[in-house]
Order: sequence, then C-alpha cells, then structure tokens
Amino acid sequence: MGSYINSAIFGWYPYLCAIVFLVGSLLRFDTTQYSWRSGSSQLLRRRQLRLGSNLFHIGILVLLVGHTGGLLTPVAVLDALGIPHESKQILAMTVGGVAGAMCFAGLLMLAHRRLADPRIRANSSFADTAIVLLLLVQVTLGLLTIPLSGADTTAGDMVNFMNWAQGIVFLNPHAASYVADVPLLFKVHLTLGMTLFLLFPFTRLVHIWSVPIWYLGRPGYQIVRARWRQGAAGD
Amino acid sequence: MKIRAQIAMVLNLDKCIGCHTCSITCKNVWTSREGVEYAWFNNVESKPGVGYPNEWENQKRWNGGWKRGTNGALQPRIGAKWKVLANIFANPDLPQIDDYYEPFTFDYSHLQQAPECGAMPTARPRSLVSGERIEKISGGPNWEEILGGPFSRRSRDANFEGVQKEIYGAFENTFMMYLPRLCEHCLNPACVAACPSGAIYKREEDGIVLVDQDKCRGWRMCVSACPYKKVYYNWKSGKSEKCLLCYPRLESGQPTVCSETCVGRIRYLGVVLYDADRIADAAGTEDEKALYEAQLGIFLDPHDSDIQKEARAQGIPETWLEAARNSPVWKLAMDWKIAFPLHPEWRTLPMVWYVPPLSPITSAAANGALDLVDGMPDVRSLRIPLGYLANLLTAGDETPIATALERMLAMRAYMRAKSLTGEGDAAQAARVGLTPDAVEKMYKLLAIADYEDRFVIPTARREIGEAAHPLRNASGFAFDEPHGGRSGCSLFDNRPTQKVGW
Repeated sequence: MGSYINSAIFGWYPYLCAIVFLVGSLLRFDTTQYSWRSGSSQLLRRRQLRLGSNLFHIGILVLLVGHTGGLLTPVAVLDALGIPHESKQILAMTVGGVAGAMCFAGLLMLAHRRLADPRIRANSSFADTAIVLLLLVQVTLGLLTIPLSGADTTAGDMVNFMNWAQGIVFLNPHAASYVADVPLLFKVHLTLGMTLFLLFPFTRLVHIWSVPIWYLGRPGYQIVRARWRQGAAGD
Repeated sequence: MKIRAQIAMVLNLDKCIGCHTCSITCKNVWTSREGVEYAWFNNVESKPGVGYPNEWENQKRWNGGWKRGTNGALQPRIGAKWKVLANIFANPDLPQIDDYYEPFTFDYSHLQQAPECGAMPTARPRSLVSGERIEKISGGPNWEEILGGPFSRRSRDANFEGVQKEIYGAFENTFMMYLPRLCEHCLNPACVAACPSGAIYKREEDGIVLVDQDKCRGWRMCVSACPYKKVYYNWKSGKSEKCLLCYPRLESGQPTVCSETCVGRIRYLGVVLYDADRIADAAGTEDEKALYEAQLGIFLDPHDSDIQKEARAQGIPETWLEAARNSPVWKLAMDWKIAFPLHPEWRTLPMVWYVPPLSPITSAAANGALDLVDGMPDVRSLRIPLGYLANLLTAGDETPIATALERMLAMRAYMRAKSLTGEGDAAQAARVGLTPDAVEKMYKLLAIADYEDRFVIPTARREIGEAAHPLRNASGFAFDEPHGGRSGCSLFDNRPTQKVGW
C-alpha cells in the first residue's frame, strides 16, 4: 500500500501537475488574456509592499533558479567537475537558507497585508489569498528541511531528489522509488511544491510567464502601430 | 522626412466656465465601472491648486516625463530600462489611491429603511474599495473647486515656481482659472516608453495612444512615467486604462464626447501633420524654454505643395490632407500662435494645447496706477500673473504668452470698434502683427465657434489599411470571435487573430 501511494504521488502526480501547468497556462493565455496580469495591489496600499514584495520576489526567484539547477543538474556532471556532493549540499543549504529567509519574511508581510488590510482583503479573490498562504506554508516547510539536510552529512537524500527529478523528466518508470525512504517532511514539501504547479494556471502566478526581460533589448523607446502603411488592402 | 498625421486638441481656457460637463459625460461613457471609479480620463481643475492627483505637476515627487542626459539622450525620469525592471516588484513612484481620492458612495438605502427617530436620517459615505464606512471624506476629484481649501495647500502648485506667490494669498490679489485635462496623446509619450510589456502604443494614422488591454500585465510603470498622471491603474482588472480620445467616434468623424458636450464650445479638434523623424531632436532640445518652439518646428505646413506631395507618396489619404488644411488646431497653434502645449518642459511633445485665459486687470491698473499701452492694458497687469501661465504652458518663457494675450485683447478691441462704428480697428490688429482678415477669422473661430469650424475630423480610412474581406462577419453576434493578444494561432481551431496591419 505504501509503495502504491508513493508511486502515485511521486510517480504519476508530477505528470498531472506538469500537464495542467503547461496546457492550463497555454489555454488561459489563448482564451482569456485579459485575465493575464500581475494583479498588483500597490495602488490600494503602498504600506508593507515596498519591502515585502521585493523580499518575496527576489527570494523566490533565487529559490526557483536554485531548485531547478540543483535538481536537474545530472549527478554525473557534478562528479565530472569534481564537486563533492557534500559541498553542493552546503551551498544549497546556504543559498536556499538565505533566499528562503528573505522569501519567508516577504511572504509574512504580504500575507499580513492581504488578510489584515480591509482594502486588500475586500479585493482578494479566493485564489489570491490561497496562493499566498500556500507559498508561505511551502517556504516554511522548505526552511524546516534545512536541519534534516544538515544531519544528512553524506548528502544521500539530495542525490535521491536529483535522481527522482531527473527520472521524472526522462520518464524513468522507477523514479518514485528514489524518494520512497526520505523523511516525511521532504515528501510533504515535494507534494506541495508539485501542487503549486498544478494551481499555477488558475492563479495570478501566470504573470511569471510574462516576465518582461525582453524590454531590455527593445530598440528605442516608442511603439507605433501602423494601419495605413503596413497592410495594403487585399493582402 | 516621415510624415505622420495627428488628431490634436486645443482648449480655449479664456472661455472655460468650469462646468465639468466634459468630465461627467466622459465618466458616464468610459469609467463608470468598478476599479476605475477614481479615474477621470477628463477632469477639470481650479488653478492655482495642487490638482488631481495631488501635486501631479511636481515631478520631483512623481518622476514623470523625460530626463535629458548630459549627452543629449532622453530617458524616462523614472529611470533607464534596467532600473524600470529593477523596480517592477514595488514601484517607488506609484501614487496610492488616496493621492487621487478614495472612491465612495453613500448609504442611500438608509434614508428609506431608517426606523422612526428624532432626527432626519442621513446617508453616510462608504468606501467603494473596501466597502467600509468612511467617517470623513478627505478628497475628491475636484477637491479645490473654486479655490477651495487653504492657500497654504493650494500654493504648493508647481506653477508658482519663480513667482512671488505670497501676495496671491491675499484676497485682493487672488486669481483663478480652470484647467480641463485629459491624455495629451503625446508625440513622444513617456508611458509607451516605460511599458515593459510593450502594451501601450501610438496609432500611426491618427496619433492616438492606447493601452492594449490584452497585452497589459499590470506592471504599472506607465502610471509613474506619465507626467500628466493620465494613465490609471484599474485596481479591479489589474490593467492600465487611459483616455482613448473616443477613437470609435473620431473614426466615424464625430468629435470626442468631452468636445461634443462642451457647453462653452471651448474645444477644437483637428489634424496636424508632423515630421516623425525629428521627434527625438525636438524633444531633446537642451533649453527647456526652447521646447515650445522646437515642437512648432516639427509641424509641417499642410498648405505647402511639397509637403502635400510627400504626404501623398507616404500614403496619407487626401481627405486627411484636406482636413489638415482646414485644421482649427493649425490656425490656433501655428497661424496665430495663441495656443500652447501643457508643460513642454517634460519633453513628451504633448498634443492637447491651450489658449491662455485673459483675466480682469488688477485694481491698480484700473485706478490709473499703471499705464495703458495704446489704450490697451498691459498684459502684465492682468490678474493671472504672466509667470504663472508661462510656467504652465511654455516652460517659463513669458514672451509668447504675452503676445498671445495681446492678440486676444486686440481682437476684442478690433471687434468692439467694428460693432460700434462698423469698421474694425486696423491699428489694433497691426499692433499685434495680425491682419484685419486674420483677426476676423480668429473672432469667428474663438467667439462664434461654429461646430463645423471647431471640429474638422476626417473619418478613418479603414479600407486603406485593412483587408476588409476577411473581416466580414467578424463582429456582431459571434460566439467564437478571435481574441486579440499576441498568440498568432488558436488552440481551438479558430481563425487566427487578425494580423493585417493592426
């Protein structure tokens, strides 16, 4: 029974989340782009946002890059570069710990603002409130795993997670078995993490797809849309 | 030379009575919706005052408009592109809704449902944002109506810079004027430049600046970058919205709602041709006081046959060239030079211009303490200080404002003589450098202001720019209309989004 649940959650559930994440985002972008926005509430209340939003966003971006890079870098590459697993784990704990703390502090402020400020609360959808609370829980869980990692001096769990994540990506049917025996806290953190991807298309998180980095490369400043010159009749 | 046409507006402040009809009709048409109750695409301010939103003209506070670097290059005052992105999580230059005002309604139902009581029931205010009781309304879209509020607050008006403002706090010296404001549909719009999503754009055929509602992601940089604070963040939809110059009306040859309903007939709409290749040069003029002249310099004379020929070659329709020749905006801004841009020093090359208001002469002048020049009062002795108007309209250069006011006074003297003696006072016209014919035309346009003289609007030539055939049946009662936005294909096997020149 245990292995059945384990393979359902860590073998099948990732694919469900990934498909909903990708197809859901595409569907929403294609059908209701008007709903595709960051959903900023800064206009309604500036207080707590300057610090809270910056801490949260910078923290979570570092966490996102760190988790992606950390989980998906093949173990063979680490070994070829001669990076000991223990060193990588210490790096992950340090960077993740700092970014996690920033993210946690920012989220606390944002959650407090969302729940306590009458203007913001009145204009929050269920998804707005739910996602900030879920992120807060997830970051808390992530921070709580740091002592567990610290206790695991051989970094065996970390390698398990890497193998699991890469197994999922490469359709390894036995991927779930890598994480069958890791501590429960990690399993909860993983499950909630996947769930966030599942909920992604149904929340304001979709604005991440639209991160406007290409603005830096936009030639000049002005945008003019032509009608007369560009499209001649009958083309 | 790249010739573009712009539909521009002129407002004759000399005739504005501050009735707010423009604001109300605009609100009823465009912003009577949740999320934009606080937004007035058109509003009328009593000046001097800090305006709406608070101190919008104080760019030390809001960082709107453009900044000229030492090398002559322009960048938005809110910062270079990397800085705009660095501030994207929390925009330091964004007003809070209270800087406009917290929108409110009243508990009207209480008037009907109150139990029998000793005092008359009242309808108390309630916030439209949080739904909670507002004990005391502390702001509104026109909080300083007719010089409301203490002078200490109103005198924070940025246009008092360099003006000895203390004396205007005294009742005897007080002055006021109305300033109706809307989006300037700038030639060098800062909102477009600051939008990281590229959702704001200027229409090439008529110069209207619009926010693509599908592409807007709510990064809010346009609100900060616009020095006129005329882009509004819809807190419900999370998108920015702004004045659209009533383009559906303009396209069919009708004036904007604010212009159509103006009871004082102060608004003029017309086409101006300009050279788009010289926008950067004009906006980057080093001396702020020279910006007004620089903007005049990129306008192209529609009566010049070479310009006409080139415009035709570049695809500007004949109807638009004809409208440009008859444009009231051209006459007011270029022929007679009595209309001026609002705050040219922000380098956006705004296209809603203003005829400065005359005002009563000060009592000192009336008592003979000041000399009359050729029987006309010196415009420097008018109640509204010339320096104040110059700060508003010409970056502080008083000479063009003085000339305009003198021309308006001369027009009155000329027409007064004409109605009394049957003969216009040609000397008055000559004194301000106008011919009697020009003065009479000015009078007809400013005082009589016939509908067809005020509004010379060519219809949009959609058939030129768009392939009409695939657009047939595209509107109306369809259930699978393509959405805008940028995905060129559809997941649901719909026809792709129209890409033809739009």
